[in-house]
Amino acid sequence: MTSNLTSGEQAAAAAVERSAATSQLRFATAGSVDDGKSTLVGRLLHDSKSVLADQLEAVEHASRSRGQEAPDLALLTDGLRAEREQGITIDVAYRYFATPKRRFILADTPGHVQYTRNMVTGASTAELAVVLVDARNGVVEQTRRHAAVAALLRVPHVVLAVNKMDLVEYAEPVFAAIAEEFTTYAASLGVPEITAIPISALAGDNVVTPSANMDWYGGPTVLEHLETVPVGTDPSQDPARFPVQYVIRPQTAEHPDYRGYAGQIASGVLRVGDAVTVLPSGRTSTITGIDALGTLVDVAWASQSVTVTLADDLDISRGDLIAPSDHVPQTTQDVEATVCHLHDRPLRVGDRVLLKHTTRTVKAIVKDIPSRLTLADLSQHPAPGELAANDIGRVVLRTSEPLALDAYDASRRTGSFLLIDPADGTTLTAGMAGDSFAASAQGAESARDDEGWDF
Amino acid sequence: MTTVTAINADEGAGLYALSHLDALESEAVHIFREVAGEFERPVILFSGGKDSIVMLHLALKAFAPAAVPFSLLHVDTGHNFPEVIAYRDNAVARHGLRLHVASVQEFIDDGRLRERPDGTRNPLQTVPLLDAIEKNRFDAVFGGGRRDEEKARAKERVFSLRDEFGGWDPRRQRPELWQLYNGRHSPGEHVRVFPLSNWTELDVWQYIAREKIDLPEIYYAHEREVFRRGGMWLAPGEWGGPKDGETVERRMVRYRTVGDMSCTGAVESDAVTIEQVIDEIAASRLTERGATRADDKLSEAAMEDRKREGYF
Repeated sequence: MTSNLTSGEQAAAAAVERSAATSQLRFATAGSVDDGKSTLVGRLLHDSKSVLADQLEAVEHASRSRGQEAPDLALLTDGLRAEREQGITIDVAYRYFATPKRRFILADTPGHVQYTRNMVTGASTAELAVVLVDARNGVVEQTRRHAAVAALLRVPHVVLAVNKMDLVEYAEPVFAAIAEEFTTYAASLGVPEITAIPISALAGDNVVTPSANMDWYGGPTVLEHLETVPVGTDPSQDPARFPVQYVIRPQTAEHPDYRGYAGQIASGVLRVGDAVTVLPSGRTSTITGIDALGTLVDVAWASQSVTVTLADDLDISRGDLIAPSDHVPQTTQDVEATVCHLHDRPLRVGDRVLLKHTTRTVKAIVKDIPSRLTLADLSQHPAPGELAANDIGRVVLRTSEPLALDAYDASRRTGSFLLIDPADGTTLTAGMAGDSFAASAQGAESARDDEGWDF
Repeated sequence: MTTVTAINADEGAGLYALSHLDALESEAVHIFREVAGEFERPVILFSGGKDSIVMLHLALKAFAPAAVPFSLLHVDTGHNFPEVIAYRDNAVARHGLRLHVASVQEFIDDGRLRERPDGTRNPLQTVPLLDAIEKNRFDAVFGGGRRDEEKARAKERVFSLRDEFGGWDPRRQRPELWQLYNGRHSPGEHVRVFPLSNWTELDVWQYIAREKIDLPEIYYAHEREVFRRGGMWLAPGEWGGPKDGETVERRMVRYRTVGDMSCTGAVESDAVTIEQVIDEIAASRLTERGATRADDKLSEAAMEDRKREGYF
């Protein structure tokens, strides 16, 4: 833009460079209705100076007109008319804020029992989940439910935020007991990492600034932890999976024979020279080129959108999967999975649905629903016949064509799928292939009365 | 000291990390390719503003070396900044694209729309937009909307199903999980697609800087005739400003958003380079819309209400 930059401009350009290279953390929040989740989110945004003057002014104005003395930070996040009217959050909202260290995408998910599906939605892309607990109530059924959803969706990091410490006189034993109980429970479900932090969202203790009221606590504040938790996994540990999204064929004078396979690498690493197999056909070839959005590269890895060219002219189309020949996933037409049913229309044995897995959509029949799970105590209800909205259960499906499906615990990207109503396109169900604790959990409560199930 | 950490996860993958701009770019490209793979007649809403310019840039990257498999649609309010129209026509010619124009003026001239007493045409865009979607049977319509813009937009999906009236019902949205976007729709319905959902204003500017994307000059500080109305600097024009008691003066200004001239305010600024613009935005205490959009100030739910009617 300008050829002669002043030193100030050079410094500004350097700042642009630095801030553009920051990492990104996607996280989700979960909490019961009165645990103060909106206040925590509001506090996080406010104290990290991510709320701008006009937004704060709007909140102050709205708070005053409701007769509240202090600005209600929860109003920062409740965006819809119905939410403001009812004072509750009814849907997942996404919020953005940044610190000099990291950029954050927050899936703000409602905590109300009937919105379990929303926490599942928020957790599906989250690398970290914040589970909120009221220090006065400790670990309750809803807390166990949130821990179970985080475990089921395989969220790598979980933060237990023990809130309202100001109401228990900032007492360490209260916090320690809750942290101990939660950590034991969540670890038993397979949550890989749990960090417990005592906070007061209302007073601001340990959210962004360390609390002067809890000098016994030596750990990070919520924001410090969000800024430093390791993001991403090491893609070199996973076999490569490349679902073909779109075939690029310019057929122009300049590129008469170009045939590129475009997609986002779902897991692992692709290298030029890799011997690959295309599924479901099983044909083989070698990668001759990788175009990373305008830059030719020798290597590309998970979550990069690239275009790949192969040595052989194979018949490959959207929905095919390219995988390294020495790590080819098995294909199957019989899918066993744990699912969360999302829609008010129930999922029944015998239903004919569409199954969307990566870039491939096939027909499927619900052959069996062996069990339904109560997240609160992990008890199983055998052969429920159908799953209602917010139910989590095991499902057996038969598909019209073979799918290259990994287990969800091996890959969140290639182990997940949606069930769709073929009649009107409604998204019915979210699925996670393979085993999970939902398949093996033992419940003594199988004789429990159906009326006791609240979601 | 009480710190409870059950099992430490592996250290992050430094070698294979993506910067946040690369992550956002990859995600947006994935969304463009999903639409190209699953829809019959997609179109990119193109206003000549920075978000739609970034969308076009991403689409060009997503399908290179082939052409972008979508046409562009401009909803022309009739109150455009001339620099923006020139930019639009230039971009269309340079990339060999097809441009559809839906004209608010035509709708006013033939009586299908009536001018509002306040002169703003921004809310009037919805009718010509829906008419163009119906006539051209567009089934996917890309918009540059970002969730950071506004509270109601924070609830918007990446794939947003609209009914035959273009309406958005926040209570009946499809849940969106993982990167699995469901674009199924019935005849008459269409899907609005927002590839920049997870971008913020600062991300957009950082990306423009990194990719060296040209923008219409009004985004950089320049001396311009403006007048004060409702706490904003507006450009005079055929649309009806200034009125009695409003006086035109010359000031150094630039625009943070580009829309209908009647409701898009300029901000006072000395930022003539993109680095200076980024510095200014990073330090700003006002949101993009709070600073520059009159129509969002009409009520607490102005955006939600317009979206319900079919607006972006």
